[in-house]
Amino acid sequence: MIKNLDFLGKPSIEKISLFVGLGASLFVLGVVDLLLNSFFGFNLTSFLPRWLNYLTPLIFCFLGLHYIRIDYSGNKNLDRLNKNLNSNWFNSLLSILIIFSLILSIPPILDWLFFDANFSGETKEECTGDGACWIFIKIWLPRFIYGMYPLTEIWRINTTFVLLIGLVILLFVSPQKYKKYLVIFLLFVFPFIMINLLSGGNFGLKWVETNSWGGLSLTFIISIFALIFCFPVGIFLALGRRSSAPVTRYSSIGFIEFWRGVPLITVLFMASVMFPMFLPDGTYMDKLIRVIIAITLFEAAYMAEVIRGGLQALPRGQYDAGKSLGMGYWKLHLLVIMPQALKLVIPGIANTFLALVKDTPLILVVGLLELVGMIDMAKTNPKWLGFAAEGYVFAGVVFWIICYSMSRYSQRLEKRYKTDR
Amino acid sequence: MDIKNTTKSLIGTFEGNKKLKRFLPQFITVVAIVFIFGFFAFNASVNMDNRGIDFGLRFLGEESSFDIQFSLIEYSGSSSYARAYLVGLLNTILVASIGIFFATIIGVVVGISRLSSNYLIYKVSEWYIEIFRNIPLLLQLFFWYFAVLRLLPLPQNSEILLGFSYLTIKGWYVPAFIWNNLNIFLYSVIAVIISIIFVRNYARKLQENQGKQLPVLAISLSLLIILPLLSFLIGGVTLSFDHPELIQLSDTIYGFRGGVSIPPELMALAAALSLYTATFIAECVRAGIMGVGKGQKEAAGSLGLTPGQTLKLVVMPQALRIIIPPTTNQYLNLTKNSSLAAAIAYPDLVLVFAGTAMMQTGRAIEIVSITMLTYLSLSISISIFMNWYNKKIAIKEK
Repeated sequence: MIKNLDFLGKPSIEKISLFVGLGASLFVLGVVDLLLNSFFGFNLTSFLPRWLNYLTPLIFCFLGLHYIRIDYSGNKNLDRLNKNLNSNWFNSLLSILIIFSLILSIPPILDWLFFDANFSGETKEECTGDGACWIFIKIWLPRFIYGMYPLTEIWRINTTFVLLIGLVILLFVSPQKYKKYLVIFLLFVFPFIMINLLSGGNFGLKWVETNSWGGLSLTFIISIFALIFCFPVGIFLALGRRSSAPVTRYSSIGFIEFWRGVPLITVLFMASVMFPMFLPDGTYMDKLIRVIIAITLFEAAYMAEVIRGGLQALPRGQYDAGKSLGMGYWKLHLLVIMPQALKLVIPGIANTFLALVKDTPLILVVGLLELVGMIDMAKTNPKWLGFAAEGYVFAGVVFWIICYSMSRYSQRLEKRYKTDR
Repeated sequence: MDIKNTTKSLIGTFEGNKKLKRFLPQFITVVAIVFIFGFFAFNASVNMDNRGIDFGLRFLGEESSFDIQFSLIEYSGSSSYARAYLVGLLNTILVASIGIFFATIIGVVVGISRLSSNYLIYKVSEWYIEIFRNIPLLLQLFFWYFAVLRLLPLPQNSEILLGFSYLTIKGWYVPAFIWNNLNIFLYSVIAVIISIIFVRNYARKLQENQGKQLPVLAISLSLLIILPLLSFLIGGVTLSFDHPELIQLSDTIYGFRGGVSIPPELMALAAALSLYTATFIAECVRAGIMGVGKGQKEAAGSLGLTPGQTLKLVVMPQALRIIIPPTTNQYLNLTKNSSLAAAIAYPDLVLVFAGTAMMQTGRAIEIVSITMLTYLSLSISISIFMNWYNKKIAIKEK
């Protein structure tokens, strides 16, 4: 079939200008036909029978790419094009199909997102275009970020996160000598300052119930606390699973496999409805704390498996060398084993943390509303019905930026700490 | 002098007593575990006494008196809680199987596309993976359900799709199968499976003993067509379709009579689960194919194997060894993630049992435990199977 296309002779380097000219114009003709057809309602080839007419853009482009396909043409750009998009007839067909679907899908999406969208205004009625109504996001933005936190008090959330970011930046730029103290401060002192600032109740700060926390800040709060806590728990579980003592080993295995075997949603149900039954009568534990503990234990089980992978990958010689230097169990693990094992599993740790961030929206099933939960609430507000798509696209972009940048950062870390062994 | 020696030897015995050193931490662990569980159990019994609830599974036999929107087996309000549990479990298994089916297909295609020499295909599949796996699954689920499927037309405005079905906001209406003598058809299918296994074993033996090769694929395919066909021609099996028909229920409300309705919740859940999990499967597939060294293919080629044989006999067995364990993990994740159904009110195990049934009975401990144990036993049985399979396909070094 392919050979029949070569009535002009096989595309060759001798007649390169003829073939490239012919191929390029056929390709352009196909694209123009498609564009006219789909966006201007004008059909160039309406004289042809309907089934053929429908396929003309495809046929034009296919022929065009066939005539361009000249091996070792001597033209650098043409060779690169042929190699990457047009190496055989199947590849050229796939390329054409992808180009066509991009041409057909990108303009409507851009129209919806930007060109037909409404940006200025205060109410739903000002959304007149066919596109997205970003006014919805603009009006609800404080709620999406701070939840139902009293608007007069949001400076406290801002201060907390500015402090946190500032401390983290300080950690990166400070000299090696002080890093240790900064880390200790960040892990053991700062969380208490954070809780105190956020919930208040003393130092003249107004008490804010955790029920009114929400939005993106709640996502961050839960992720940060769960990350801080799940690390040590995960390390202990991983060491326990590799211990030679049967009780320690089997209880660690049981614990890890239990949490890994159940979905997070049931864990959250357990934290919200079952766990209060296990507490002494009359005691009450805040729902947010219960949820953070549940998420911590859940992620710690995954973290433990990741860390165990790193421990297993270390050669036995590392243990023997440490022991022959007279190190005890904890000293050996703290100074020799853990630094190497953790370095090996940076991608795994990053993946676990990413999974944690992506799991936080689930807390809406127990009534805590972080970003996705707030959007879910806002879209059922009678004044703002019908903006589900805008809300979810917004939340999707926010989460995507967070997760994508984190995965990129972990790739960089992995490269930086890569040492030859 | 004497005292000094005694102290030394005492310390020596303690230090040297490895047994004690080994035993003490374990003993502490056991005591701690027993204490925590005992504490919880004690509190739970006090709390339940105070609220006048007794502990037990007898409620499973009681009448549930709630309705479930979508169920694969007969169910009504007068059925028991145990039956409601079964309905939820079957719905979970249904959506998980659909998700696994599509996730595998999309994952394999995208995973292979990631290795394509075609720049566009490579980039498109890369961006698909980067986009879909960095957005929370719940968000994707909400997007499909509340933003995309809500754009579908009402029943009266819907157009016929693919010549036999209607895609509407209330669900996807497809023809129902009406079988006659279904059991004979099923027998023929079982016969096909058995004979294919037999043919494969025979072909392997022939290959090992005499070096002859049977066209196994062609034989299997023809068996797959011929035997069920025979069941139609001779066995008296008939198949007819019950097409959905648009009817007017009242002035403004339209509906469909006949056919089967696939609820939008199921579609949204299947779409979100399969598109999300496919990104992870794609990475597993890519890693598997890249994990087979180039030398393997070249060696196979120099032995005179055709490209098809190389793929089937050399590359795939080695690639599968790398692909299958992480992919099973993804299948397990998908099954666990299907519990997100509760967020869009698809009646799966969590919504029916841990949601509605718990609200009605108030038995938090029993119901949450049963739900968790169900998922746990599902996960553990799959992982036991996987460990066995891994051992079986692991490279056996001599």
